[in-house]
Amino acid sequence: MRNMDFDVAVIGGGPAGMAAALAARKQGATVVILERDSRLGGILNQCIHQGFGLHYFGEEMTGPEYADRFRKMVEKEDIAVMLESMALALGEDKTVTALSPSLGLCKIKARSVVLAMGCRERTAGAIALAGSRPAGIYTAGMAQKICNIDGYLVGKDVVILGSGDIGLIMARRMTTEGANVKLVLELAPYSSGLKRNIVQCLDDYGIPLKYSHTVTRVEGYPRLTGLYYAPVGEDKKPILSEERFISCDTLLLSVGLIPENDLLNGLGVNISPVTQGAVVDENRMTSMEGVFSCGNVLHVHDLVDNVSQEAEIAGAAAARYALDGGVCKGDFVNVVARDGVRYALPQRISRGEGKLRLFFRVGDVYKNCRLIVQSGENTLVSKKFMVLAPGEMGSADIDISLVDGDVVVRLEK
Amino acid sequence: MKYDCIVIGGGVVGAAVLDRLAAYNLKVLLLEKEDDVASFTTRANSGIVHAGYDCEPGTLKARFNVRGNELIWRDARELNVPHLKCGSIVVARKEQLEKLRELQDRAVVNGVETRILDRDQTLKIEPNVADEIEYSLYAPSAGIVSPYQLAIAYADRAILKGGEILLEAEVKAVSRKNGTYFVETSKGVFESAIVVNCAGAYGARVNDMAGAEHFETVYRRGDYFVLDNTERKNVNTVIFPLPTAAGKGILVAPTADGNVIYGPTAVDSANPDDTATTPDSLDVLRKNVPLSYKRPAFNKCIRVYGGLRTLIGHDFVVGESKVLDNFFMAIGICSPGLTSAPAIAEYIEALIVERTKATVKQSGIVAPPRRKRLAEISEDELDALIAKDSAWGRIVCRCEKVTEAEIVEAIYSPLPATTVDAVKRRTRAGMGRCQGGFCGPKVMEIIARELGIPLDQVRKGGGATIARYAVKEVE
Ligand SMILES: Cc1cc2nc3c(=O)[nH]c(=O)nc-3n(C[C@H](O)[C@H](O)[C@H](O)COP(=O)(O)OP(=O)(O)OC[C@H]3O[C@@H](n4cnc5c(N)ncnc54)[C@H](O)[C@@H]3O)c2cc1C
Ligand SMILES: Cc1cc2nc3c(=O)[nH]c(=O)nc-3n(C[C@H](O)[C@H](O)[C@H](O)COP(=O)(O)OP(=O)(O)OC[C@H]3O[C@@H](n4cnc5c(N)ncnc54)[C@H](O)[C@@H]3O)c2cc1C
Repeated sequence: MRNMDFDVAVIGGGPAGMAAALAARKQGATVVILERDSRLGGILNQCIHQGFGLHYFGEEMTGPEYADRFRKMVEKEDIAVMLESMALALGEDKTVTALSPSLGLCKIKARSVVLAMGCRERTAGAIALAGSRPAGIYTAGMAQKICNIDGYLVGKDVVILGSGDIGLIMARRMTTEGANVKLVLELAPYSSGLKRNIVQCLDDYGIPLKYSHTVTRVEGYPRLTGLYYAPVGEDKKPILSEERFISCDTLLLSVGLIPENDLLNGLGVNISPVTQGAVVDENRMTSMEGVFSCGNVLHVHDLVDNVSQEAEIAGAAAARYALDGGVCKGDFVNVVARDGVRYALPQRISRGEGKLRLFFRVGDVYKNCRLIVQSGENTLVSKKFMVLAPGEMGSADIDISLVDGDVVVRLEK
Repeated sequence: MKYDCIVIGGGVVGAAVLDRLAAYNLKVLLLEKEDDVASFTTRANSGIVHAGYDCEPGTLKARFNVRGNELIWRDARELNVPHLKCGSIVVARKEQLEKLRELQDRAVVNGVETRILDRDQTLKIEPNVADEIEYSLYAPSAGIVSPYQLAIAYADRAILKGGEILLEAEVKAVSRKNGTYFVETSKGVFESAIVVNCAGAYGARVNDMAGAEHFETVYRRGDYFVLDNTERKNVNTVIFPLPTAAGKGILVAPTADGNVIYGPTAVDSANPDDTATTPDSLDVLRKNVPLSYKRPAFNKCIRVYGGLRTLIGHDFVVGESKVLDNFFMAIGICSPGLTSAPAIAEYIEALIVERTKATVKQSGIVAPPRRKRLAEISEDELDALIAKDSAWGRIVCRCEKVTEAEIVEAIYSPLPATTVDAVKRRTRAGMGRCQGGFCGPKVMEIIARELGIPLDQVRKGGGATIARYAVKEVE
């Protein structure tokens, strides 16, 4: 057992972890990053398509390029990086237990902790997919890894269930590698992915997308040979009289991402039932003092640029907490999502001065609507949107001095 | 090649039989058509060690269940197979008390200890029974075991004792000349003085191949939900409804590995390979689980699966064929077949020892590889392991916390795990909530490296590969 001591321990070395570590170091804290994988970068390492960094760096790059920028910055700083090191447990005293092949079991005493573990994909099991259990059914992210890192396609005749971004990106990737992506099915009447990905990954390649459809069961063993699908009614239940068969050797699932918060089990940290990430304040501090959360482990992001910015807030605050204990100003009000807004984050903010950016997602597609942010008598934001969709995270800036009681974020027709 | 005894089928029954016979001066071989043992019914059932109160008195089921319940705990302990004697309850509404009493009467005849509990007593054991439940029949000797790990451990130990197992060897014909059986398989012909048919769903077919008694088989599929291990804290015992003609009914139970299952349904099928779940059958579970259990959490599902019961008449068929001597059968082994397997094996062992006058080998006692899970290893022990082999410090499956060392160990087991599914059954890598989404490619890499094969030859199980076509150029 090896004992270590740092001001700030960052768990996860994806874009969130790296940006948080850099921001914490900038404040003068001693910082360690724990990364399970053998390199930094997280999910970006397998996202070899363009589309990252337009906002943060002002130029478009691939996932690995974006990760590389941050990796180089981390390497330049005096930040301890422990690779192949998995955090196994987080104690109530903020001690992180980690396991690594080179160092063995480590106990890291930290004054503050930044959670940046990313998310995992929902699986065939999670949606209780009926039928045989053959080879050929994978989450889109797993197929992406086998394709982009290992260099193999998992099949040639492909159906994709769910229109999340990873599924859309994989539809294009597999098509350009010679696979036949026959169909994309989406349970909802709208996509959970970015509009630009629907256009660039499906429309440009003539891949059909059927909304309000789902897979009813799969067939074939030991390899998938086809599947049945059907439209769904208002209640999201398949209309079996309209069930149809399509042959395929691959079914990719892009049916949602879930923040990977296993480490918090048993710690009593408040978790939002909507985001499945922690409930945080404007510093991204969770209900457990000195424990911060950012990136996909807090809520699922569609743009990495937002991840980096959010992580900087968390990292800087974690350092301040570690160095002088004082970040939580207290005097909190709640941020409440309502009328079409699925969630708004941070979920609590303290009264005071200055500006604050709220992030939100809507629960359906809304056209020509108005986002209203209200606190007591004060209207903090009233902003018109041509269209708001669940796949795109929105933001709105508020003036904190106008906060007068709970902040309500809602939509108006 | 000539053997004293050939066992056909590597489910829990065949593996238990092999394990026992391998202790003697007999040359024994098990033939299994799939690429691993425990690949069919033994991998898809409820994993319950039944107490034995509900079997019809006087049947082989009653006899082997009760005896099996005595033997299985010892075997599980010796073989380091996850198990827990957690007890079971059959729950009943007010008007069903009489039915519980009838069940208890059977228990008395079968020699099984049970108690009838009222609602308060029931709640002490199982706080989450449904609100309508007023009584339960508690059986303290019931529990849970990992069925596939039990079969795998029997197989491993059998090999360490000198038994042989040949995988992907489907028996296609059985003939007999001058007292010797010729067992024809996809991997060649094997000769043996004795054959034991443990072929599960194909048991009646193997009988037909050999010219033994002909049996009609009925198949009945059962589907399940597997819940995330965070649900484990809500279930203490095995919760059954009252049994019906169709079976023991839809239960809620912990698994020996720390998950929870809801199931099985009972759907008649004509197909001996039918394990595909259906939406209708899953809906039956959604409707019925709440009748006995008040905290159903279908949204915490991590997997659904189906298993096939093989029924021949109303009882097990265990013993020597009446038309073919030295042809033994353990077929039609439906529930409680897992519980009964050690007792069936004990019985077959006795028959064969008596016939062959075989003597016990004088080799020392053999223990199969200790498969310790990370959580069971002390901090000091773990540091020592890592100092010897750093792979103990490299977590591959993050949901179930499985290290690379455990995966490598599985690949070099007495019965080597050569597929992703075989590794999964031995180590749990890929059995957690992400279902191999993260660790699948890593497990494939380790298998490829250790077996010295390219990634596109690594199989999931059942023969199918995962990485299939090389990408022209990886950017
Ligand atoms: C396929 C795909 C396409 C995308 N496309 C775009 C795009 O075009 N443009 C864009 O801007 N954004 C895109 N995104 C979104 C963006 O890349 C992600 O939101 C971002 O990478 C999330 O960063 P993260 O650091 O929170 O999580 P991750 O990148 O997932 O990093 C988490 C890290 O934590 C580590 N970890 C987890 N648990 C532990 C533990 N217990 N101990 C140690 N380490 C641990 C993991 O190994 C991982 O490295 C895309 C995402 C995906 C998946
Ligand atoms: C839904 C369900 C729930 C159950 N729950 C329980 C329970 O909770 N408790 C309990 O005690 N019991 C339970 N059972 C019963 C128990 O699972 C079975 O009795 C037991 O697994 C049967 O084992 P087996 O070895 O006979 O069959 P199998 O495990 O099916 O093994 C037979 C093997 O023979 C092989 N084989 C077949 N044909 C050939 C051939 N021609 N050549 C070579 N190999 C061949 C097959 O591939 C297979 O591996 C349940 C069963 C089901 C279906």
